[in-house]
Amino acid sequence: MGGLMQVVFDALSLGSLYALGALGIALIFGVMRLVNFAHGDVIAFCVFALLWPSVDAVAIIFAGNLPWFLLIPFTLAVGAGLSVLSEVVVFRRFRRVNPATMMIASFALGFVIRYFLLMLFSSRPKSILLLPGLSQPVEIFGARIPLLQLITILVTIAVLIGLTAFLRRTRFGLEMRAAAENFTMARMLGVRANRVIMGAFALSGALAAAIALILGSQTGTANIMMGASVMLMAFIATVIGGMGSLAGAVIAGFALGAIATVMQVILPPDARAFRDAFVYGAVILVLIFRPQGLLAARGTRERV
Amino acid sequence: MSLLSLSNVSVRYGRLTAVRGVTFTLAEGEVLFITGPNGAGKSSLLRAIAGVTPPAGGRVDFADHDITGEAPEDIARLGLSMVPEGRDVFGSLTIEENLMVGTGMHAATRGWRARAATELEAVYATFPILKERRHSQAGLLSGGQQQMLVIGRALMTTPRLVAIDEPSLGLAPNITDQVYERLIALRAERKLTLLIVEQSSTRAMMIGGRMMLMRGGEIVLDGDARALGQSEAMQAAYFGYGDH
Ligand SMILES: Nc1ncnc2c1ncn2[C@@H]1O[C@H](COP(=O)(O)OP(=O)(O)OP(=O)(O)O)[C@@H](O)[C@H]1O
Ligand SMILES: [Mg+2]
Repeated sequence: MGGLMQVVFDALSLGSLYALGALGIALIFGVMRLVNFAHGDVIAFCVFALLWPSVDAVAIIFAGNLPWFLLIPFTLAVGAGLSVLSEVVVFRRFRRVNPATMMIASFALGFVIRYFLLMLFSSRPKSILLLPGLSQPVEIFGARIPLLQLITILVTIAVLIGLTAFLRRTRFGLEMRAAAENFTMARMLGVRANRVIMGAFALSGALAAAIALILGSQTGTANIMMGASVMLMAFIATVIGGMGSLAGAVIAGFALGAIATVMQVILPPDARAFRDAFVYGAVILVLIFRPQGLLAARGTRERV
Repeated sequence: MSLLSLSNVSVRYGRLTAVRGVTFTLAEGEVLFITGPNGAGKSSLLRAIAGVTPPAGGRVDFADHDITGEAPEDIARLGLSMVPEGRDVFGSLTIEENLMVGTGMHAATRGWRARAATELEAVYATFPILKERRHSQAGLLSGGQQQMLVIGRALMTTPRLVAIDEPSLGLAPNITDQVYERLIALRAERKLTLLIVEQSSTRAMMIGGRMMLMRGGEIVLDGDARALGQSEAMQAAYFGYGDH
């Protein structure tokens, strides 16, 4: 029983990370058909924003020492800020060109962020102690679950509920949903393009910051590549979920977390190293049968 | 005083010129039909006015503002509401949500929520079917119902001018009748200025007003709908007889 619960919580917490990452991608894809490959680097940036620049192996903590009720808003603001900045400085210029060019611009932006971090901090991973106290276990149904895992899951559920309420109940949420479905039509109804897109980037950046906090506390390291592994799965989740479908992204994120965790348990030890290959195999199977994704978003057609 | 005025407006897609040197003015309260065959440039002209496809040349003025090259949302906020070809309902939103999208443009003014609620009831009074199905997904409506929805949605922004591209597209004649009936009633109620694009001149002749014929990106005829509709010149121009 305890073992099974452990697997369930592992699956849910891993799935949470993928779901949060996939949401960040899907939000932006929804409003501007941009596949933002810089998202993972925003995650890394958020972790490093808590440190003083130094190339030493030992991190010099700066904002990371703040009490949690300041640390969390600070990090969210950093993520949202960087994300909005990237929209204003980079993506705004590419809005009228085709999605492929925008995608390449996002690759370039990702490299710029990564090499900026590399310059200030070197490529060596640093150990950091973020939000200490979260690693102690709690007992649930006979399983000893790290408190952080529990918090990860609860935070994700809270984010999902909050985001749903925001999209369904607020004026800005309504405008965002309309714009995601048909941007030009929304503009002809007076919806301000810049505000909606900046809102989507801010939300997406805040989600990246949430992942940064979770990953930073979980692994105890700051690494300029730390966003990459989560984001690879998150990208896959957005594709399986149906590009631009927020619900699809979340469901696929949790499904991938579950598949990866279960594979880890049931695969013979020798095959575990190839876990990801099995996950990708499952992804290919899904796409063969549903090339449009599980929940194809409406309005993915070309805009005028 | 004219509400809308175009001078020498042209629209290009790469090397193709879809609209060339269109000039006309439209007075407040007027009804103007723009008719013409496939590919005449009617939709391109409308999109240029609404700011969706910025004009390649010329100038557009609306309500005493130069709106040439302005963003669609800014033009909409001046009171020019566009209902594009193919209707473009937000299919995953409910009918009521569709209607509410455009009301946000008045969010900076006091009491806009109350006014939006009043406006919503007015639209529901005009199109009772929309009220009946207010919470269902707009994508599930029939073509005629969608046409009523997008007209209602345009009205929710309390516009001065409504530009509609082919309201009869894909609708059965009796449904088209209904749509036009409401449109004409609304015009009288609200002193709306209407700019309606249709391929054929049939509706224009039934309703009356001013009619322009577009061909090859140019306005070739402009006059009273009933008089023009019956004239030989109209037939000839529509089908392009005597071009060579
Ligand atoms: N987005 C576009 N890109 C390139 N060419 C276009 C585009 N839209 C229209 N055109 C071309 O511009 C010309 C005018 O098209 P437009 O759609 O304005 O005509 P229309 O009068 O609305 O025709 P219809 O009655 O068929 O709707 C056509 O030759 C068309 O092929
Ligand atoms: Mg057309």
